[in-house]
Amino acid sequence: MPSKTFRGGVDTPHFKEMSASSPISELPAPEKVTIPLTQHIGAPCEVKVEKGDQVDLGQIIADTDAFVSAPIHASVSGTVEAVTTTRLADGRIVPAVVIASDGEDRWHESVAPKGELRNLDADAIRSIMREAGLVGMGGAAFPTHVKYTPPPGVDLHTIIINGCECEPFLTCDHRVMLEFADEIVFGLEAMMKVAGAKRGLIGIEENKPDAIEALRQAVGDRPYDVIPLKVKYPEGAEKQLISALTGQEVPSGGLPLDLGIVVNNVATAVALANAIKTGQPLIDRVVTVSGDRVGRPGNLRVRIGTSMEDVFDACGGLTEAPERIVIGGPMMGQAVFDISIPITKGCSGVLALSAEIAPVVEEKPCIRCGRCVEVCPSFLMPLYIADYPHEASLEYYPLDCIECGSCSYICPADQRLLERIRLAKVEAEARQRSDDA
Amino acid sequence: MDSKEALEQEALSVSSSPHLRTHVKTPRLMFDVVIALLPATATAFYFFGMQVGAILASAILGALVTEGLLNRLRGKSCTLWDGSALVTGLLIALILPLKVPLWLPFVGSFFAIAVGKALFGGLGMNLFNPALVGRAFLTASFPIYLTVYSWPERAGAWMGESFDAVSTATPLELLRFEGVQTPYFEMFIGRIGGSIGEVSALALLIGAAYLFVRGVIDWRIPLSYIGTVMILAFVLGQDPLFHLLAGGLILGAFFMASDYVTSPITRKGRLIFGLGCGLLTIMIRSFGGFPEGVAYSILLMNAAVPLIERYTIPRPFGAEVKRSA
Ligand code: SF4
Ligand code: SF4
Repeated sequence: MPSKTFRGGVDTPHFKEMSASSPISELPAPEKVTIPLTQHIGAPCEVKVEKGDQVDLGQIIADTDAFVSAPIHASVSGTVEAVTTTRLADGRIVPAVVIASDGEDRWHESVAPKGELRNLDADAIRSIMREAGLVGMGGAAFPTHVKYTPPPGVDLHTIIINGCECEPFLTCDHRVMLEFADEIVFGLEAMMKVAGAKRGLIGIEENKPDAIEALRQAVGDRPYDVIPLKVKYPEGAEKQLISALTGQEVPSGGLPLDLGIVVNNVATAVALANAIKTGQPLIDRVVTVSGDRVGRPGNLRVRIGTSMEDVFDACGGLTEAPERIVIGGPMMGQAVFDISIPITKGCSGVLALSAEIAPVVEEKPCIRCGRCVEVCPSFLMPLYIADYPHEASLEYYPLDCIECGSCSYICPADQRLLERIRLAKVEAEARQRSDDA
Repeated sequence: MDSKEALEQEALSVSSSPHLRTHVKTPRLMFDVVIALLPATATAFYFFGMQVGAILASAILGALVTEGLLNRLRGKSCTLWDGSALVTGLLIALILPLKVPLWLPFVGSFFAIAVGKALFGGLGMNLFNPALVGRAFLTASFPIYLTVYSWPERAGAWMGESFDAVSTATPLELLRFEGVQTPYFEMFIGRIGGSIGEVSALALLIGAAYLFVRGVIDWRIPLSYIGTVMILAFVLGQDPLFHLLAGGLILGAFFMASDYVTSPITRKGRLIFGLGCGLLTIMIRSFGGFPEGVAYSILLMNAAVPLIERYTIPRPFGAEVKRSA
């Protein structure tokens, strides 16, 4: 039987061997962290500390009453040096708290085990999710507790753990699956409990047989299925993963919730397990540091708010000037020009790439080969939408684009399709809003 | 070196994602088409002799010179690199009969590139397959040269010996006008009358297989085209295998109907396009004034591509109802 997958997508080179075999190593607390107060989709947090305050590890430094949000915690113990602003990977400038570490890693008094899972009810787990500042760690950084608060009448029946890691270069999820398989299953168990779900699925791309094995062992005789998936980008995109595993399509403009499904990244499952077992909030995450310009590629457990510069330097610095520095994966991540940008909760990788791997391309005439249409996992007509700003471009469903980049990747004429599709999306969104108003 | 130091050396690129790009670019695809045409080119030499070299040279030169000159005139950067002019020139040569005067392939290529392509705005903008435009122009302007086919009787005897091809008819003409059925095997290997590059089904199929293996073309157009022709032939009480092997169907289906620029980019559109080509081909062959209809069928369907595409826009992922255009 051919392995499960979605329709469309591309075969990219993987570049995973650079870091796949290096175990997760711990980057000690840096001298200074810059913690952005906007690390998730939703309402920004308000700062709860002032310059000069002493803070402990895991202490809440910013929070809000808004529902779609997640609190932010001190990722080191020390002194608040400044309440200022910082740049994020996407170029936005947002408020941030700078903390100088005292090197003691003194946990805050609020950090305490939450007791046995069987004694926790759904509401308790949901509030642990929120208190721990959990957000989707696969990139989108959507607050986790919100996903588990379905509107009335919606029955959450299936929880999917996403272990695809289809982005080239990235190996942090792979390592997490190998080293924390039990925590993932524990996290899944807790998620099943919050949702009252009946089915638990763990989807992993077939190029990680050791991770599939590790999770099968960890699952043991519990009723969860570990399902190998075809190696294809973007297998790990939420809607594509659901389609691969269940054959169902999330409605256009809708959420997995509409099908009664919640998808969580493996790292989020581990973070939830930690939050329950030890009470530790989300103060660090595993990041893949890779690329052909990095001294010693590897997988690092990094405190939130550590600068990219510190992360690179912990991995042997850069061997040569790179063409591009990317936060996230090379297909969907953002190229940045400033390495003082801090690591946030949704950041899975920092890459330093040469021009051979990440070339600057020149657009050639479209030869109408149709490859962009063939690979689009949203079944769109990328070259039609990329005709923007021509008015007709907006008729081809730009808002259904998941920005996976498969179209631009495959284009033999190096058309900058996604770049123009993004502009079309902005325009289409604006019009949708004015229609609604 | 530490990262700060490294970054002082050179500015970073910050263009938007994706940051990776395939290595399969336009020239690679075009040169793959050229490679796929090599077996047919080689059999042309084998069956028709050295004169084939002169036809090839004239047609390819015509295409490249025209493309280069027009680039100059229109102040565009050089586009010879993309290989598309080379493909057009090569195809023009392969769809000509042996006994053409040597200026004729050059003129055909000139017309193909200048009118068939540049007039529409260059690569990617043309509505009609340039090689077929060139061929149609030649047929209309110099019909006597294009209806005399040669019989590759002295196959393999050209080295060192004098080669005189005997004029003959194509299997389609033989059947139509004289009721003579050409043996399958002769047609399969190419010992038949016809344009120099279309006679050998075997050589063309080897090339087609190469295109599939390299992922250059989608199966939808050639298969729906050929399938339609064979099924309709059967329905009309004719010989499907004969229709497949005689004339220009294989060359047309794999190398001209599936030309990227002039065929639909949607999956469904490709099936419809192939179907239409097949329908027209069998109609022209059976009821039209000409024995062969591949070239005109493809050209006619080329004109329908914008329409086909508009009505075959796929349903976006997750859109429940099929939306019409
Ligand atoms: S992949 Fe590129 S060249 Fe091919 S149809 Fe799409 S935009 Fe045009
Ligand atoms: S149009 Fe959007 S969804 Fe489709 S391939 Fe391009 S980036 Fe991906």
